[in-house]
Amino acid sequence: MRINSTGEVLTVYLTGELDHHLAKGIREEIDKAIDYYMPSLLILDFGEITFMDSSGIGLVMGRYKNLKKNGAKLSLINLNDNIYKIMKLAGMERLAEIEKGA
Amino acid sequence: MDTNKFTLKIPSRSCNESFARVTVAAFATVLDPTLEEISDIKTSVSEAVTNCNVHAYPNSIGDIYISCEILKGNVLKIKIRDKGCGIEDVDKARQPLFTTGGEERAGLGFAVMESMMDTVRVTSKCGKGTTVTMKKKISCKDDAR
Repeated sequence: MRINSTGEVLTVYLTGELDHHLAKGIREEIDKAIDYYMPSLLILDFGEITFMDSSGIGLVMGRYKNLKKNGAKLSLINLNDNIYKIMKLAGMERLAEIEKGA
Repeated sequence: MDTNKFTLKIPSRSCNESFARVTVAAFATVLDPTLEEISDIKTSVSEAVTNCNVHAYPNSIGDIYISCEILKGNVLKIKIRDKGCGIEDVDKARQPLFTTGGEERAGLGFAVMESMMDTVRVTSKCGKGTTVTMKKKISCKDDAR
């Protein structure tokens, strides 16, 4: 996982698999970065996620709530077909800007 | 052709979620599934096994039994069973967004399984355990041509 902050915008490049087993560690790292950088926009880049189940939805919902406290926004980018399908099923487009990958 | 099948018993450790889904996906490759079908199978198995880890055995490590079978007509049958605490109200548990798993769980496990598999059957007895049986017909690539 790589993190890049340019003032207002915090980008987190997620890597590997996102399931229940790994979600806790990922969540804690993202929350630490949110607390530190206080962004007005968090971009989660799923480009290098090789597997995701509904634990990924839990992760997005939790970060959305966390960001909302400071009025910050959330964006999900580079979603592959499977991840996009799960995000749509969960109605995540109501919480975040969603962008499919190339 | 004789039907092919396997049974697997694993402890409910979260690190086994990935082992379980990859194993079932590998077994299914004989049906020549598309990448999307493989992904659907992996995701559904991951949801069911995660349910065992989070809900069936919340404070202990128990056994999860996974059995797979290839049925006639290119159908994959997956059965995931635990001997955990059971589900009080299965219909309620299957409702989207219902969860007893706390803030970080979306409550969409069964909804995801239902959307990705053809059929999902859940039977449960309080104190005895839960069985999730899923079936998916794998498309024949020759048909699509």
